[in-house]
Amino acid sequence: MKVEFDEPKCVAAGQCAMVAPDVFDQRDDDGVAIVLDATPDPSLHDEVREAAAVCPAAAIRLVEQ
Amino acid sequence: MFETLASAGRIPEYPMRREPQCPFFPAATVREMTREDPAGKVRIWDGSTPWFVTRHADQRALLNDPRLSIDEKRPGYPHMTRSRAAGAPHHPAMITNTDPPEHTRLRRGVNAPFMVKRVEALRPRIQQVLDGLIDDMLAGPQPADLVQAIGLPVPTVVITELLGAPYADREMFQRTSHVLISHDSTPEQSAAAGRELGGYLAALFAEKMAAPGDDVMSEMARKVRAGEMAHEEALTMSSAILIAGHETSASMISLGTLALLRHPDQLDLLRSSSGDPKFVAGAVEELLRYLTIVHTGVRRIANEDITLHDTTIKAGDGVIFELAGANYDEREFPEPEKLDLTRPARQHHAFGYGAHQCLGQSLARVELQVVYGTLYRRIPTLALAVPFEEVPFAMEGVAYGLKSLPVTW
Repeated sequence: MKVEFDEPKCVAAGQCAMVAPDVFDQRDDDGVAIVLDATPDPSLHDEVREAAAVCPAAAIRLVEQ
Repeated sequence: MFETLASAGRIPEYPMRREPQCPFFPAATVREMTREDPAGKVRIWDGSTPWFVTRHADQRALLNDPRLSIDEKRPGYPHMTRSRAAGAPHHPAMITNTDPPEHTRLRRGVNAPFMVKRVEALRPRIQQVLDGLIDDMLAGPQPADLVQAIGLPVPTVVITELLGAPYADREMFQRTSHVLISHDSTPEQSAAAGRELGGYLAALFAEKMAAPGDDVMSEMARKVRAGEMAHEEALTMSSAILIAGHETSASMISLGTLALLRHPDQLDLLRSSSGDPKFVAGAVEELLRYLTIVHTGVRRIANEDITLHDTTIKAGDGVIFELAGANYDEREFPEPEKLDLTRPARQHHAFGYGAHQCLGQSLARVELQVVYGTLYRRIPTLALAVPFEEVPFAMEGVAYGLKSLPVTW
């Protein structure tokens, strides 16, 4: 799985950082998401899928390999 | 004449009344339209008939669609109330009335205090506040009103500390914000409440400009000094944070408790799983879905023609998204009327969807996780002190809630 993040779309709702904290964080000054690990371990795939599904700005795209 | 009568018969009034016997569920008409009329219309207070979008999938698609605007100053915008319509031309540019890219810039300026790691850092303090309030309630007389003892004070303490406003001033801002979000307020009452709250916050903000502390208003004061934020924007944001930050969470705490007391099996399950943060977090999502307290619709205006289920929403038409419709859409949530704390519910629209999704959602989640994870464990004998039918609901605001919740233990 590859995580693609469309930063300009991000509204910093922070749901990704709450659902998948090992893969997403938020920038200190404006809360915009940061991808910590663009090729997460399979054990994290479920939460990454959930993070992408709940992103209110549809800013997270997953390329499943 | 014929046309007026014909349309009056076909187009339901909005907001709609819920069935008194199931006050947690959206009105039957909302659910009917979700099933059968996904591109219908409703009639609002000014007689206009905006589109009414209730399906989960349609809301997800349209609330992220740049062809819809939140610009409340445009003619035809489906305002929530007469007061809101009267106030709209006077509002500065805010996160609640601008579209991207302006919205993106404004929102990025106010996100920081509400990010997950900042609100997670508040968790121990929220726990401490709650524990103290529970101690006080248990030491006091029975029955107690859970709204006044727990529901309202928890988020009020949290939001005042976060913002840097004195807790002692809560009577004033609880009263003024109640007027500002109630549908029963006249434009004059709203304007007076707005002036009182605005004057209070302007004075407080001046203090923060002179002597900044470690709170959100001081953070904004620094931005104003650095020329990164307009003074008026800082005041409007302070007011919005204060208003949005206490009544909504208070409603969720009180209504959630009532809903759980009505579902003893779910309450038992939550109580016995209180030590499992993942379970509690999931329970919070399901209660957010089940209750969907914001019941007056998210509102937009079309920038251009949009096709929805073989119908055309014309440029300039108003559109209302009923969040409870999506949260009770059977396609997304099977048996939606069932409160099931084990259900995956995080994709609910209780905080809205799209770029304008609730700024304070992570804070609300942490507050609710702490309260739902603690209250029923510490007071296992918690019970209603009056019959369910006598619990007074407050239906007149942007969000619904309870006027009081008499409990014993």
